[in-house]
Amino acid sequence: MDGAHDMGGVPWSGPVQPEPNEPMFHAEWERRAFAITLAMAMPGGWNIDMSRFAREDRPPGDYLSKSYYQIWLAGLERLMLERKLIASDEIEAGKPLHPTKPVAKTLTPDGVASMLHRGGPTEREATSPALFTVGDRVRARTIHPLTHTRLPRYVRGHIGTIEMLHGVHVFPDSNSLGQENPQWLYTVSFDGRELWGPDGDASVKISVDAWESYLERV
Amino acid sequence: MTGHDHDHHHDHDHSELSETELRVRALETILTEKGYVDPAALDLLIETYETKVGPRNGARVVARAWADSGYRDRLLKDATPAISELGYAGRQGEHIVALENTPHLHNMVVCTLCSCYPWPVLGLPPVWYKSAPYRSKAVKDPRGVLADFGFELPEGTNIRVWDSTAEIRYLVLPMRPSGTDGWSEERLADLVTRDSMIGTGLPKQPHEIA
Repeated sequence: MDGAHDMGGVPWSGPVQPEPNEPMFHAEWERRAFAITLAMAMPGGWNIDMSRFAREDRPPGDYLSKSYYQIWLAGLERLMLERKLIASDEIEAGKPLHPTKPVAKTLTPDGVASMLHRGGPTEREATSPALFTVGDRVRARTIHPLTHTRLPRYVRGHIGTIEMLHGVHVFPDSNSLGQENPQWLYTVSFDGRELWGPDGDASVKISVDAWESYLERV
Repeated sequence: MTGHDHDHHHDHDHSELSETELRVRALETILTEKGYVDPAALDLLIETYETKVGPRNGARVVARAWADSGYRDRLLKDATPAISELGYAGRQGEHIVALENTPHLHNMVVCTLCSCYPWPVLGLPPVWYKSAPYRSKAVKDPRGVLADFGFELPEGTNIRVWDSTAEIRYLVLPMRPSGTDGWSEERLADLVTRDSMIGTGLPKQPHEIA
């Protein structure tokens, strides 16, 4: 979807502000929101692309006015509400009010290390040859799906060069809807001036990682 | 920040609970009572990222690559198993690519769409990495970003920006500072800053860690 999360090149953002000796979390609630989000994926059963869509699919004003972990929290609440793991009146009341929906599994302390070590690899076995090879010129398609995508707006319609093949990976656009549909994944690099016009920096190249169906041969 | 300021913030956080803080507490209570989360597992997740997983891991990878050319070659060829040799692997680092800086090429990593970052080697991303200014500016004006961080690259250095739009995670291998011949890996690792592995900074110089 075309949302406020798709920030590449937007002109309104101001200078980057590094924070010296930044703590890992800035409040206790950030710690808990972070951990609850990681832990709930197991009983919740959603995948990373469903999580990303739940975070980004909100009005720009809402997305931009929330802090990072507030967005995580809003995304988590949405995923849990959609699956009826919790209800709005329970959040308001601060306690369970309805029967508990059974879940397949939960995260126990002795499962934490293995869950983190396992991660969520997205590479799958190739069942067809790659359409493109290193050096090929490709155009990023002009698409505006209403659902989740990982093709940022600033490269759509622009011509770049295939620079790496990464094998076949789960396709986020469909994975956010519950279907892995793995595709070949490439790193595609673009010249600064191709993306930003004569004001672009000719000594800069920018790459994105793009699934095969995001690209067309030129 | 002075001790006084710190104490003030501490008191403030605990005396006026924000709406968000109350909401998170409510959620944790509900989810715990329903049996969906175990608070001890939450504590362990937090402890892991506050104390075990962080940029010191990546610094060890970089120092090993500086000290051992065979390791450097393995890292640049296929970073995930090379990094795993040092025991770092897993969530948000399932597929890692290492990017070598040279006198002619400077690499910088961003995630314009959210906050993708190589957790096993760098830990959780800092606020600026997740902020609108960095996510918007890195792909359009990377030299401006470096200026925001207070440095500029020598004339003639090209910049390559990597937008982490898939599950590939990128780790910058910065250039080894001169004057460090014969240094141990441990000592070299002290030169490696988090930002130098993102591409928004450079390693420390030997005199800075004397």
